[in-house]
Formats: sequence, structure tokens, C-alpha cells
Amino acid sequence: MSATPLGMPAFPDAARDALRDTTLRGNLRHATHTIRDKRARAVAELSDWARLREAGKQIKDHTLRHLDHYLLRLEESVTAAGGTVHWAADAADANRIVTALVKATGEREVVKVKSMATQEIGLNEALAAEGIRAYETDLAELIVQLADDRPSHILVPAIHLNRAEIRDVLVSAMGDWGRPAPDGLTDAPAELAEAARLHLREKFLRAKVGVSGANFMVAETGTMVVVESEGNGRMCLTLPETLISVVGIEKVVPAWRDLEVFLQTLPRSSTAERMNPYTSMWTGVTDTDGPSAFHLVLLDNGRTDTLADEVGRQALRCIRCSACLNVCPVYERAGGHAYGSVYPGPIGAILSPQLRGTGSAVDASLPYASSLCGACYDVCPVAIDIPEVLVRLRERVVEGGPAVRRGTRVVLRPARGHAAQRAAMRAAGWVFTRPTALAAGQRLLSRTRRLHPRRLPGPGRAWSADRDLPEVPEESFRDWWRRTSGGRDSAGGSGREERS
Amino acid sequence: MNGREVVLGRVRRALAGGSGASPGPDGPVAYDGVRDYLRVHGERTPEESVDLLAARLTEYRALVHRTDDEGLPELLMRLLSEQGPDEMLVPPALPPYWLSAADPVRVHDRAAVTARRLDRVGSVVTGCALAIAETGTIVLDGGPEQGRRRITLIPDHHICVVRVPDQVVCSVPRAIERLDPRRPQTWISGPSATSDIELDRVEGVHGPRTLEVVLLSGDGHACAGGDGPG
Repeated sequence: MSATPLGMPAFPDAARDALRDTTLRGNLRHATHTIRDKRARAVAELSDWARLREAGKQIKDHTLRHLDHYLLRLEESVTAAGGTVHWAADAADANRIVTALVKATGEREVVKVKSMATQEIGLNEALAAEGIRAYETDLAELIVQLADDRPSHILVPAIHLNRAEIRDVLVSAMGDWGRPAPDGLTDAPAELAEAARLHLREKFLRAKVGVSGANFMVAETGTMVVVESEGNGRMCLTLPETLISVVGIEKVVPAWRDLEVFLQTLPRSSTAERMNPYTSMWTGVTDTDGPSAFHLVLLDNGRTDTLADEVGRQALRCIRCSACLNVCPVYERAGGHAYGSVYPGPIGAILSPQLRGTGSAVDASLPYASSLCGACYDVCPVAIDIPEVLVRLRERVVEGGPAVRRGTRVVLRPARGHAAQRAAMRAAGWVFTRPTALAAGQRLLSRTRRLHPRRLPGPGRAWSADRDLPEVPEESFRDWWRRTSGGRDSAGGSGREERS
Repeated sequence: MNGREVVLGRVRRALAGGSGASPGPDGPVAYDGVRDYLRVHGERTPEESVDLLAARLTEYRALVHRTDDEGLPELLMRLLSEQGPDEMLVPPALPPYWLSAADPVRVHDRAAVTARRLDRVGSVVTGCALAIAETGTIVLDGGPEQGRRRITLIPDHHICVVRVPDQVVCSVPRAIERLDPRRPQTWISGPSATSDIELDRVEGVHGPRTLEVVLLSGDGHACAGGDGPG
């Protein structure tokens, strides 16, 4: 994975800025709650959801355990169907391969389907450096590109912008990239979408090269699958003469039949629809229908390092539905930008530090960008135990230990700045194993509750800087239990009444 | 070392020593995990499946019509005249009687016809490979009644004829088992839509803004590979 954006602050600093932006928080709260409620209804409709989830998990785990086998099988199938397969160990490799392929066509522009993998490797920037313009064609990606901004959500990348902001972006920037926005454009969503349609159709109709990712690759048949809503995907996948797909190696599934699981779980988990409006599937090249040249670039870029960790490996099951973002109390308040990665939210908090390593401040802070409430695990359609991986990564950040970086085994040192937390955890460990000390401490806390500060002094200041300290109850649970015999006494309901 | 060797080498080292390590590139690998999920959600008669398909499609704001062989030409004529295109795109082997009453000039999609030329055509009429009742999905696979993928993408108005109940399957698993992965496929569930602006759904960003589905009840002639609704 390419380096974090230059000067990207660690999560707590970025989140603190985001928390001050009340528009952003309002947009996010509305969006995440709307999607999560709809999703719950869409999922409840399938009585076998738990079994589909388990099947998806097992298929993905099986594929990962035999990844070399299935990648070779995929290469064979794609090649037999008339495609060409390329292998990229890192972002630089992938960018070099794609740039060379575009240059070989003689073209200076490409149309792009929204793709996390190409964002991850910074493909647009790499192409621009070689004089090739890449046009994003997903509406939200277009808005983000025109605004010279960064996506903030996997599924709805411009979720942090409201309609008035979007209108201003289209009016001011569309002309620099092609057909300008119509005169008198208002901020009605239908008008904004129409402006995008006119702007992009110019590009689709003349495009000779398309660049995409893929949601799934079928090893058995060489079939590629792209799931979308707007039809920009269909445009990019079928109209150009050359199609280049950059896909992470973890996106392979063994068999055609496996799609019956994921085409049920992905749409319901991501957009809360029974099925997304458009799904395109192609196998190599077909006479006369679609591109005459198809290139598949298989991308590692930290995925094999992630594969080497038997606990962290499960992050590679991710099918990028973004359900975990929409239920996460931390994401809801901090927004996507605070994560400093193309993968925001809970999945980003475990994926980015594994793909990139925990060397930078932002990556070392990501495993802490969570309350460990477990809601992300509950909604995950492939049952990734995100809290388990977070804890694993916290341990790695704090304690160091063995890991694999760029294919080589290394021993990581503890990250700087975590000494205070380490000391605190050790102290907590001492207290929790000594019940008398714990009970005495709790009682002391209750009796002094009126005197507690809102911020901790000394080494605890960093911890409490962006957290509200918990309210201490008037009496500890232990004391309440002893006083009321576990609530059996009638006085148990109110702590203020004396026992009779 | 080339990228291929680097990546495969890393994959194998990452898996070596762990539980269930790969047997290597030549070893046989078979998936023997669970598939105890349902093939179909709920029991339905063929008629109920067609009704469900119609309901799902309507929820996606597709326009659903029902007719039989006799009424089809007149219905298609009416739907086309309502949209008022001068020209319509037709796939290579649409049954001639479908459009026997229709007015617009027929444009055939040939290799020499550019996408820019097709952009001036208002409507397209096609058949389909099958339709999925539970999800309200129509699947096109480039068959002679459907044509190339681009003809159902560029015009603003798509009329798709589904033979019922023969071409209706109940569920996604039933669809997967009937489809051929070597054919290029387009799965369509309602017209093009986006929710990128404050999650307000807007129809028709790039694909056809209007999707009309004609449920055609025929004389029950079997469609290829069909065993009725699955």
C-alpha cells in the first residue's frame, strides 16, 4: 500500500478536527443511520442469513488457505479466455504496468470505474505524472475528484458533502475537466445527477481505454464481476477497446457457484438492496461484445504480509460492503478522512495497518480508533472478527513482535508514545487479579465522585484528551450486590433508601 | 525475479507452516465447506413467482406490463409511441412479430456503428436470458434476442420482454445454476440509480432512465435449459 498522505496526522488528531465540524457530523449521522436501518430490514428478509454468512466466511477462508492454487487457476482461465494476466508486488509495480499498458494504446486519457485498489495504489496520480488523465465516472468519485478532495466512505465517497457543496463543486470545476455544468444549476439531486450524466457521456463515447477493479474473480472460469448502481461501470467495462482491471489477490473465489453466496450478501449489506441495479460479468474477451483487449493486474501490495498473520488474515475476507462503517460509533463521529487511508472505518482500522505496517503515526494509531463494541463484527457478511484483530494489532503496536513486511519476516519494536498505555495496562492487570484491591479502589472512586476532574492529569492526559471520563456510580456493583442481596431486597431499586 | 514469482513466493511463505497449508500449485484442492443455505426462500407456484417478480421490479421503479403473444405487438407499439423515439435499437434475432405494429425506424447494432451513433437512438427492445423473482433482477447474456451489452446501455429507454413463467427463476442460486459464465452478462435490477447526493435516490445517471418490463405469457413453449421456476 502506498505511503500515507504526506503529513497525515494520527487518528486522534484528525478525529478531533472532524469532531468540530458539525455539518460533517450531521451528514454522517443521517447517512449511517439511514443505511443501517435499511440494511437490517434487507437482511432480516433472508431466513438463512446466518448460514449465508457462514458459507461466505468459509469460502473466503478456504480460498486464502490455498491462495497460490487459486491464483494460478485464475491466471490459466483468464489467459484461456483471451485475457492477459500481470502480477504486481506493490503499488509501484502496478502503476508501472498500467501506465505502460495505457501508453501502448497511444491514448492519453482513461475512464475509470470506482475502484478501491486503484485508489490504494494512487493510480490517478501515477498516470497524471506520465501525462495521462484518468476520469473518475462514479458520481461520488467524480465529485471528490473535481473538488480535489479525498473519499470518506467506501460506498458513498462524497458522504461528507451536502448538496449545496456538491453544486458549488460542479459549477466551479466541471469546465476544467470537460463539459461545464449547465447554466443555472440548482442543488436538486436530480439536476446534479443530470449535469454529471451530460459531462460524463462525452467521455464514455470517446473513451478507448477503461480502468476498473473487480468485486470478485472466479478462478474456475476466469469470470470477473463488477457490482454497481449507476451504469458508469457498464459504460467503462463495455465501450472502450482496452480494459485494464487492477484487483487485489484476495478477491478471487474458487467457483462460479460461489457467486450465489456473495451476490446475496453483498448488495443487502452495502446498499440495503435486494440486488444492486447493475452487475457486469465478463470472461476474457468476447468476439464483438466489449473490449478486444483485457488485462488483469493482480495486486499484492501488503496482502501477502496480511496473509502471513493467522489472526489478521481474516481481514482479507472483506468484500468491501461498508456495513461496518455505518454501525461504528467512532466512524459516525470522526468521519472517513480521519482514518488517513482509502479504507476508513472499522475495516480500515484493521486493513490499513496490516497492508502498510504500523510504522507511521497514523497506522500505529488506527488499532485504537475503536470502542471495541463489536457492532462491526455483528454486521459483517463474512464474519470478520474486527475486535479480535484490533486487539491483536494493539498488542503488536504496544509490545512489538514478529511480523512480515514486504514478504520478509521481521521483529517489530514497540511503537513510540505507547509507554504510558503499557504502564497503565500492566497496572490494570495487577488490580484485576487482586479482588480486594479492586473492591477498595471502586469504593474510593464512588465516595470521591464529586471531586473527579473532566480530564486526567499527568500521563493520563493523552488518553482523556478526546474522551469524556466515565461517570462513576454512587456505589460500586459489588457494594450494591452485598447491600441488596443481588436486587432481591425491595430497597434494591434505589440506592438512596436505607435498608430497613 | 518477475512480479509473478515474487507474489506467488510470498503467498507460499505466508501459508507455510500454518494450519491447513496449501498443498502447492499442483495439488488437488476442493472446497468441502458448508452450503446449507437455502436454494429458494419460500415455496411458490409459478404464478406466484411471476407476481413476486412484478412486485420487486415495481419497487425498483421499473414499469411492469403483462400481455400474451397476441397482445404483444400492440403493447410494444404503445410503449414506444409514448416515449416517442424516431429510432429504436433491436438485437439481431428479435422475433419479427414483436415489432410488427411498431413505428420507429429500426437500427441494427453492427460493429461499424459507433457508440456516438447509438447515442442518438432513443429506445431499445430486447428479450432476456432469465429473470430472478426474489430480487427483481433481469439477466441478459448476449443471446440473439438480447444483442451486445452496449445496446441496452446507451439508449434512455429499455423495454425488456420476459417469457413467463419459463424464464423466471425464484432465486439467485437458481439463476447461477442456469447461466453460462463464459457469456458476458448484465444483471439489471431496476433502472440506473444513484444515492450519492445526501442519499436521495435519483434514477438514470448513465444507463436507461426508463426500464419497462413486459411479462409475456406464451403458449408454454419451453425455454432453453428451463425446468420452470426454480
